[in-house]
Amino acid sequence: MTVFNCILLVFLVVCAVSVSLSKNLLNSILIFMSYSLIMSIIWIILESPDLAITEAAVGAGVTSVLFFLTLKKIHAMMKSDQEEDERKDE
Amino acid sequence: MSRKISEEQYRKTRSYRLARWLDGTKDPYVGEVEMRPQPVPKEENWRQRELRRKEKRDMLTHVYDIERNRELKAFRIAYQAVSVAFCLFLVLMLLIAVSYLPTIGHPENPANNEVSARYIENGLQETGSVNIVTGMILDYRAFDTLGESHVLFIATCTVLILLRLDGKKGRNARDVRVEDDSAHEPENDAVLQLVARILVPPIIIFGIYVILGGHLGPGGGFSGGAIIGAGLILFVNAFGFEKTERFFRASTYKKLSVTALGCYSLSKCYSFYTGANHIESVIPLGTPGAILSSGLILILNICVGIVVAGTMYTFYAMFRKGGY
Repeated sequence: MTVFNCILLVFLVVCAVSVSLSKNLLNSILIFMSYSLIMSIIWIILESPDLAITEAAVGAGVTSVLFFLTLKKIHAMMKSDQEEDERKDE
Repeated sequence: MSRKISEEQYRKTRSYRLARWLDGTKDPYVGEVEMRPQPVPKEENWRQRELRRKEKRDMLTHVYDIERNRELKAFRIAYQAVSVAFCLFLVLMLLIAVSYLPTIGHPENPANNEVSARYIENGLQETGSVNIVTGMILDYRAFDTLGESHVLFIATCTVLILLRLDGKKGRNARDVRVEDDSAHEPENDAVLQLVARILVPPIIIFGIYVILGGHLGPGGGFSGGAIIGAGLILFVNAFGFEKTERFFRASTYKKLSVTALGCYSLSKCYSFYTGANHIESVIPLGTPGAILSSGLILILNICVGIVVAGTMYTFYAMFRKGGY
């Protein structure tokens, strides 16, 4: 169990660092989602299933959907969108 | 004795202004705040535009010319060095603080005091809830949960103020662009619709199960409400807003959340009143483990679940198209 714990914690740190280092915003959100999932598994290991359910539903589900929507609103979701905007500006 | 006042006098009273404000016929900014229309961008031909662009480019290349601009170079190096040093300092401070924390699970820790002992020993008898966590947050600490529900409600109000697009009043160019944006969505995606048709009913039923089983096992109003909200969002994505508007509109959300918050506040007022005055509450606790047990906790869970589910869906609708 200790080994499993260590793997999860290392994954958590890797995810947290790569969210901020990723150039693509869409990738950052996906990594953030996996961060929440790993966190919910850690909550189960720490014997708090209440928090695990909430973390999975809010952190991985609803927050990511709202992030996706925001990216779509600011036209950062796809490369083609950005290029189109730039062309429109020029 | 009542007396009639003239129309002129009534117009000056505060109640008239309040009534107008409630009706929405009075704009508090008109006549109070100096308002100026946005400056209209000047028309320019392509030659002027090229000239303006070139000037900007030249200026930028001149400013960010690392080779010649010594000050900028020094500033960049200093900026990076200071940021790395600050991060290292912060990490060091946090690690030192962590090393002073008491060990996990030690019986002498300040967290292991008479409060948690009381919760663990008497929680089942006093709240009737098998899940001690639910008994804590919805019975001993129900006031905090009430505040959290209101925080969610206020957050929705703020999102409404910021993102709502009023359809009746004059639309400017930006609103039209937002509408065009939602028109580009894939309308009848067969795969998405099939998956949603299979997945949405189990998701919503699971959310209801999590809400109703909050006092028996892991779960509760907040997580169950979030699950139901996620199911509703999936349904909207697959079938569009016309289908959800049949059963869930802004007015439905308003009525549901106000009713749920009022119900929560009233039932909690009752239990605070009886608890503070040492009156025996008439609500039976029931047998622990049964679905209809633990007094008010089940009702409170349902109220919180309704508020959270509506809030999640409203957030999505506001972000997506600014109203529903």
